[in-house]
Amino acid sequence: MTESKDEQSGESSKNSSSKYMKIPIEVKARPYLILAPSLIVTIGILYPFVLAIIYSLTNYSFRSQTYHFIGLQNWVDMFSKREFWHAALVTSEYALASTGSELILGLGIALLLNRDSWYTRVLRVLLIFPLMVAPVIAVLIWQLMTNNAVGILEKLLNLFGLFNFPWASSAKTALFTAVVIDFWVYCPFVIILARAGLQSLPKSPFEAAKIDGGSAWFTFKTITLPMLKPILYIAVIFRLMASLQEFTIIYGLTKGGPGNTLMNLSITAYNTGFAFMRFGKSLPYILFLWLLIYIISQRLVKNWLAVQKAASGY
Amino acid sequence: MKAQYSRGVLGVSRSLLLAIYSLFALFPLIWMIIISFKSDAEMFTTTFIFHPTLSNYYSVLVGTDYLKRFLDNLIVSVGAVIVSVIVGVPGAYALARYNFKGRESLAFTILSFKFAPEILVILPLFMIYQKLHLYDTYLGLIWVYQLITLPLLIWVLRGYFEDISLEIEQAAQLEGYGWFHVFQKILLPLIMPGLVSAGLLAFIFAWNSFTFSLLLSGFKIQTVTVASLRYVASDTVHYGYMAVAAAIATLPEIILALLIQKHLVRGLSFGAVKG
Repeated sequence: MTESKDEQSGESSKNSSSKYMKIPIEVKARPYLILAPSLIVTIGILYPFVLAIIYSLTNYSFRSQTYHFIGLQNWVDMFSKREFWHAALVTSEYALASTGSELILGLGIALLLNRDSWYTRVLRVLLIFPLMVAPVIAVLIWQLMTNNAVGILEKLLNLFGLFNFPWASSAKTALFTAVVIDFWVYCPFVIILARAGLQSLPKSPFEAAKIDGGSAWFTFKTITLPMLKPILYIAVIFRLMASLQEFTIIYGLTKGGPGNTLMNLSITAYNTGFAFMRFGKSLPYILFLWLLIYIISQRLVKNWLAVQKAASGY
Repeated sequence: MKAQYSRGVLGVSRSLLLAIYSLFALFPLIWMIIISFKSDAEMFTTTFIFHPTLSNYYSVLVGTDYLKRFLDNLIVSVGAVIVSVIVGVPGAYALARYNFKGRESLAFTILSFKFAPEILVILPLFMIYQKLHLYDTYLGLIWVYQLITLPLLIWVLRGYFEDISLEIEQAAQLEGYGWFHVFQKILLPLIMPGLVSAGLLAFIFAWNSFTFSLLLSGFKIQTVTVASLRYVASDTVHYGYMAVAAAIATLPEIILALLIQKHLVRGLSFGAVKG
């Protein structure tokens, strides 16, 4: 990541002296000093992260005052539990389903919005509203929609001959319900980014394609999509990282239920740590999740930088 | 003829798809408003035609501590944004203007706070906060909210600082103005629109945050997002109250979103996309 950034600045090394200020030695410490408050504020909070690694090697629990090191026991325990593999599966299902649907449909809707008329202008403003709603409040709103007593969706489904659709209360439809809520909140995020990307596209390749008589699909596939890639990567990075660790929507909806249907890694770590007070045991779950997110984000950011380079070659 | 016809079909289906999505995105909000004005008596018997009443609003705002929770949320979120602005604006400036060792690593370290699982921070912090007596305090929440607000402000503002040409700054320095004077009198006014919109977006994120306040507070101090959970899924659930709680928590953000539309792309992408 850092490497590729350096490459970029290496390219512009000729004018790098004009990009950054020349700093005399005596003020070399200045940027660090200016940044220090930001780092103090956040590292004071990040210190727990180091603690988390240490405590994951102990049998610390909120029940007793004393604890001792037990090596990798918590980690071994975790990997040998079916609970862990279930949580890992739920985590990936949720992340792929929500990020995937948001990316594909978000891009589609951005394309639909990408022409100028009175209603697209109005919708561009209105459609950001769900993104502003707190995820936990979104759960509340969707309970008002899906509840069989007052929910209007029940009436709608009745028209199609579906009665008592169970939504979050059944193991078969709980994941679907959670993903619908995630999609409702975050699809506008992808729409906003994709539309910004579409607007920034140069006109000439499209005019050329029109003259050549290329079909709409061909134009989309060979021109629009490659040029949109950098921005879509950003959307994927943000959404994937967040949906892998989603806690709020699932906690608000069913606290991981029914049964253990929606227990992803975040919820399992929370349950083990807070509900069962087994602190040491809960940490490997969340550290594993963090590691997963870290590796994926490194990979995606690297790809993003490569794709961005390729796209700017047009 | 044929081409014209198929273009017509295409246009109609485009509008239809857009209409379906818009209904899906906006109707839940409308439904929330409708239910919030419905009395318990009409809750199960009517759909769209009913006698609107303010009784739910009265019950929630006067009959419960929801207003106090609203205030708690406001104090914590505003506090978090203020702290982030104070430490983050100079930080963003340093990252934009100085070419120093470890610059990108520091910038990415700050960004990585956004992607760190909240539960990972909370588990150990829960114990530390109890030792330091920060558990269930405004200060404790404002501090941990820095993980939400600070990366956003630093990354967005860094971009705004980079947009200002260095010549402006150098010209002022040649006039003999000191570093801080230039920063305050020339740079700050130039980034002000960006700062305000990034600050408001950070406020929205802080306002919406749930996990930190669920697990690091809850007795004396409770945010709206946490407080609203009590209206969910109990046997004696009042759907009207639930709708009111949701509507009150959502309203400020919709207003703010309208104010910062133009800067939204840039803020949401942490400055990666300059919309």
